[in-house]
Amino acid sequence: MRLSYIARRNLASKPLQTALSTILLAFGVGMVSLMMLAERQMTAQFERNIKDIDLVLGAKGSPLQLILANVYHVDAPTGNISLAEAEKVMRHPHIESGIPLAYGDNYRSYRIVGTEYSYPAHYDATVSEGKLWEDVFEVTLGDAVASKTDLKVGDQFFSSHGLTDETDVHKDKAFTVVGILAKSNSVIDQLILTGVESLWAVHAEHDNLELSAEELYASREITAVLLKKRNKMAILTLPNLLRETNMQVAIPAIEINRLNQHFGIGAATLQSIALLIMILSFASIFISVFENMQARRYELALMRTMGATPFTLIKLLLLEGGILSLFGTICGLIISRIGLYILASEVENKFQYDIGDLGLIAPEVFLSIFAILVGLIAAALPAERTLRMDISKTLSNE
Amino acid sequence: MIEVNDLSFSYDGNAVIEFPDFKCNRGEKLLLLGDSGTGKTTLLHLLCGLLRPKSGSMNVAGVDVNSLNDRQLDKFRGRELGIVFQQSHFVQSLTVAENLSLPALMSGTEMSATELQERTLELLERLGVGHKSDAKPNDLSVGEQQRASIARALVHYPSVVFVDEPTSALDDKSTESVIELLEDETEKAGATLIIVTHDSRLKTRYKDRVELSQFIHNPSISS
Repeated sequence: MRLSYIARRNLASKPLQTALSTILLAFGVGMVSLMMLAERQMTAQFERNIKDIDLVLGAKGSPLQLILANVYHVDAPTGNISLAEAEKVMRHPHIESGIPLAYGDNYRSYRIVGTEYSYPAHYDATVSEGKLWEDVFEVTLGDAVASKTDLKVGDQFFSSHGLTDETDVHKDKAFTVVGILAKSNSVIDQLILTGVESLWAVHAEHDNLELSAEELYASREITAVLLKKRNKMAILTLPNLLRETNMQVAIPAIEINRLNQHFGIGAATLQSIALLIMILSFASIFISVFENMQARRYELALMRTMGATPFTLIKLLLLEGGILSLFGTICGLIISRIGLYILASEVENKFQYDIGDLGLIAPEVFLSIFAILVGLIAAALPAERTLRMDISKTLSNE
Repeated sequence: MIEVNDLSFSYDGNAVIEFPDFKCNRGEKLLLLGDSGTGKTTLLHLLCGLLRPKSGSMNVAGVDVNSLNDRQLDKFRGRELGIVFQQSHFVQSLTVAENLSLPALMSGTEMSATELQERTLELLERLGVGHKSDAKPNDLSVGEQQRASIARALVHYPSVVFVDEPTSALDDKSTESVIELLEDETEKAGATLIIVTHDSRLKTRYKDRVELSQFIHNPSISS
């Protein structure tokens, strides 16, 4: 029999008190851990997707919406812009390159994005099966789209108008899957890629087919262009250049900072609540160990008569506090994983984003060490009283 | 062996209690008899090293208890002494058998787990509570608890067994039985038995009195 066994038996003999302390600590640690995980994964996703995109050109409206819609594909676009006007901006001397994006259709809520090969190349996406699209109505699927929709190379499907709605189906024009991309852990995984011409062709019946080539070009629209600047002047000159048009450029880094600031207030509130719960749980461990010590003072005195030193008893009480805080911390980490799993399902359903990496992250290791240490300190405060215990008096008063 | 000379004690500078000198050799039995307030429990606690005397010397199991520091006292208590308290208290979260293993664990007695288990069961069987070894202390009757606490005091082969008021709540028949049990078991263990009590019924068992007001020594056994 070891001291840790006695500590475990002591905790088990007070199931309600033990459960209360454990639950409080588990929820405190769980909330903080969940926020750490979600923040880490969202930040990682944001950073991956923002990769080398300096500016986003699109229709006037909310700059944040422009970024969310065209970089992260989690919001509706601000509108369409003229292809001819967009190409003028792409050829601007301060601009190094641009990736056009055109979308407005979906298949089972996965966006069908008309673009160029430079788009998958930007995210280092490689083809795992088949090839990249070549002809009109050929598509290459992102990894997540392929696994969730079970579409394979050679399969055909009809797109629906809109970004999530599946009622207005373009039944006359079928897309053919010609390739599937390898997982790139970027937004590409959640998209169906095709040529911009495919998107125009789907909506050809809505257009005037008797237009001249010049008029047709002038009527062509896209949703946005992801721009890479050649120099810093682009940021200063482009907004002025576009003032009189229906277009705007937004800077992803600035908009995401703004978003983080808004999100940060809510996150800070949640974090405060989580910390409060953790403090309550430490108070609960303190009270639990203190009350146990009071109720068991004769038992502790008895152990002293059997040769236990004050340090043996402190070790026993610390073990009880330690086991409680270790168990509460482990439960907390499990709770955060369950929370993240639920959150990930929600995010995936709504935004087709994968944030379900359940691995332990470095800040959680520090959180766990912190929780266990504070749990031990909470137990040590009452345990210290055993050093001053008058065994004779305790035994005589019984 | 136990030897007490010129022993006195004072609670927080109050009246000094002076104890008579006495001596008891290894394997013998000694009765410390006195009415309430005569300092029986104080003397027991002094002999166990739970209290420090104001003056005098105490030699218990060949050790000058006064000369030990706190850590040495803890070790001494755990290795050399077995104590049966008036109230049979146990660690409630542990079984009876586990409670009996505590002295060995706490004192660091060098007994293997198997040896300890065998010794525990043997003692519990001999004291008639073997069938309760896996029970929680609260599930035992008062008598069973007392027998289990006697077993606990003997489990680690102590040199001296102190028993505090073992018969105060017992009828004559039970008193006889408990005292016989204590004498038999300490004799088997080769330990010195010190009984601290106010129970005058024990005078008949320990007939020869030492000429002291609070203490009765059994001269037939002691030197």
